[in-house]
Amino acid sequence: MNGAKPFDWRHTPGLSAYTALIFLFFYAPLLILVIYAFNSSRLVTVWAGFSFKWFVAVANNGAIRDAAYNSVIIAIVATIASTAIATAGAIALERGRLRFGRGAATALIAMPLVVPEIVVAITTLIFFSGLGMHHGLFNLMIAHTVFCIPFALLPIQARLRDMGGTLEEAGRDLYADEWRLFRRVTLPLLLPAISAGAIMAFVVSLDDFLISMMVSSAGSTTLPVYIYGMMRLGVTPEVNAISTILLAVSIVFVAAALLIGRRNKLA
Amino acid sequence: MIDIHSVSKSFVTRDADPVHALNQVSLEIYDNEFFTLLGPSGCGKTTLLRLIAGFEAPSSGAIRIAGNDVAALPPQKRPVNTVFQSYALFPHMSVAENVAFGLEMQNAPKSLIDERVREALEMVRLEGFATRRPAQLSGGQQQRVAVARALAPKPSVLLLDEPLSALDLKLRKGMQSELKRLQRETGITFVLVTHDQEEALAMSDRIAVMRSGDVLQVGTPRDIYDNPQDRFVADFIGESNLLPGAALGRDPAKTIVVRPEHIVVSPVSDGAKGHATGAVSAITFLGSDTLYEVVLEEGAKLHSRSRGGAALSTGDRVIVDWARGVERELAN
Repeated sequence: MNGAKPFDWRHTPGLSAYTALIFLFFYAPLLILVIYAFNSSRLVTVWAGFSFKWFVAVANNGAIRDAAYNSVIIAIVATIASTAIATAGAIALERGRLRFGRGAATALIAMPLVVPEIVVAITTLIFFSGLGMHHGLFNLMIAHTVFCIPFALLPIQARLRDMGGTLEEAGRDLYADEWRLFRRVTLPLLLPAISAGAIMAFVVSLDDFLISMMVSSAGSTTLPVYIYGMMRLGVTPEVNAISTILLAVSIVFVAAALLIGRRNKLA
Repeated sequence: MIDIHSVSKSFVTRDADPVHALNQVSLEIYDNEFFTLLGPSGCGKTTLLRLIAGFEAPSSGAIRIAGNDVAALPPQKRPVNTVFQSYALFPHMSVAENVAFGLEMQNAPKSLIDERVREALEMVRLEGFATRRPAQLSGGQQQRVAVARALAPKPSVLLLDEPLSALDLKLRKGMQSELKRLQRETGITFVLVTHDQEEALAMSDRIAVMRSGDVLQVGTPRDIYDNPQDRFVADFIGESNLLPGAALGRDPAKTIVVRPEHIVVSPVSDGAKGHATGAVSAITFLGSDTLYEVVLEEGAKLHSRSRGGAALSTGDRVIVDWARGVERELAN
């Protein structure tokens, strides 16, 4: 009562130090990995001067190049396919005449996000071998498309919900048929969300390990699976270098998705 | 122009309870008329507008626009444009692109589109704003773009869903006369939805007063103000005294409706004979007018509004009187 300040969590003693510690735990390992990617020594724990030689080694390693190529091709195909399916699905869920089961359908689509990935990986493997499908890269493309759908769908669905139906009603009121309404009104307004969803899908596909591990076969190895294989022979600076590249690519894409999302809000 | 014949609409809620938004509503809206659907929220006025636009289908009944039954026509095939409450301007298009949209969808030639866009923007006094984005405009300007966009294709009917509710009072008054002017200049039938009775009285040629899915009365503003045919209408339009018949020594099954401006209160000592006697319980000075609250001997309360005003003070016993012919007798 004598002028004591009300409780304010922002003034908790040690809060900033505690926050700094959490960030340290998050990013120190990544930082170390990146730093040692530029280490000229073969030993991972001893710094012997700055060098790009491990990046050069990665670039000259044919197996790594093939795995990276597979990863990128799979990610591109999975991104395009899953984003197209997710866009159609989101529109059906938000604008369709579904009277019941909308919530259930959304939950079913989002389920792979919470189901343990190892379960999805194993069931995908069993599914493919049960069907007798052994198409290497094609199998991986299908598997990646499927698990990318929820990542692409959620931002698109959220955007459709935020938009509400009035703009589309206005379009119909102004004589637009369904196709032109989609092309001139719905699609342009959804584009930021579709891009964000596509980038999420691309990153998730590129970084996936467990499902790719199960589904990939000789000749259709993805980069994360190949890196894992290298790791079994010990951590070499080459692993650090590839991981750094993967990290950089992911950061660029996720940052792009965030920026698009922000611009979308301002508009 | 629009013939609404015995239209009902019910919705099924999530709990499977049917909600009757409209009960067998019949209305005729004439050519070149400023028609208003007036009522409190939930009375069905917006539902009726959405049925005319084609966003919803009636559960039963028929709607004819310019003689044609529109039951099977989706919104894009109806000669009707809407000004939405939220304006619903396309945020990714410029003002000119917004206004051109309807004509483009009708595959009008480019030269005609350009001409009509210029015309429409001129009509709403936004000539210099063609290249702006909606987000760069004030609320009042956005609303005028919405009107221009809906008028550019020259529809037979313009529907306006509470178009002024998001504007502040001053802007609202200005837009009221703008809309009235646009209606006269274009000769297009306007159908306005509003809950604001002053707005309805000021703008409309005719008004339909609605409550819980029913049309209670249709008429000119003066007709509805002077001859309310229903207690609700009398109470909703302007200010009214609804006096129980018993309080005036009349048929207790009736309600007597008198507008405050028609009631004269004078001190008992004047010796005048009136409809009732009572005591002044409150006096409110309103500038040009003075409002007296009088409690009648039988307990009923009424308001009298008079210019200038007699020298009365609270507690004075008064005679309450009004001219023959200004009162309306309605069933309870």
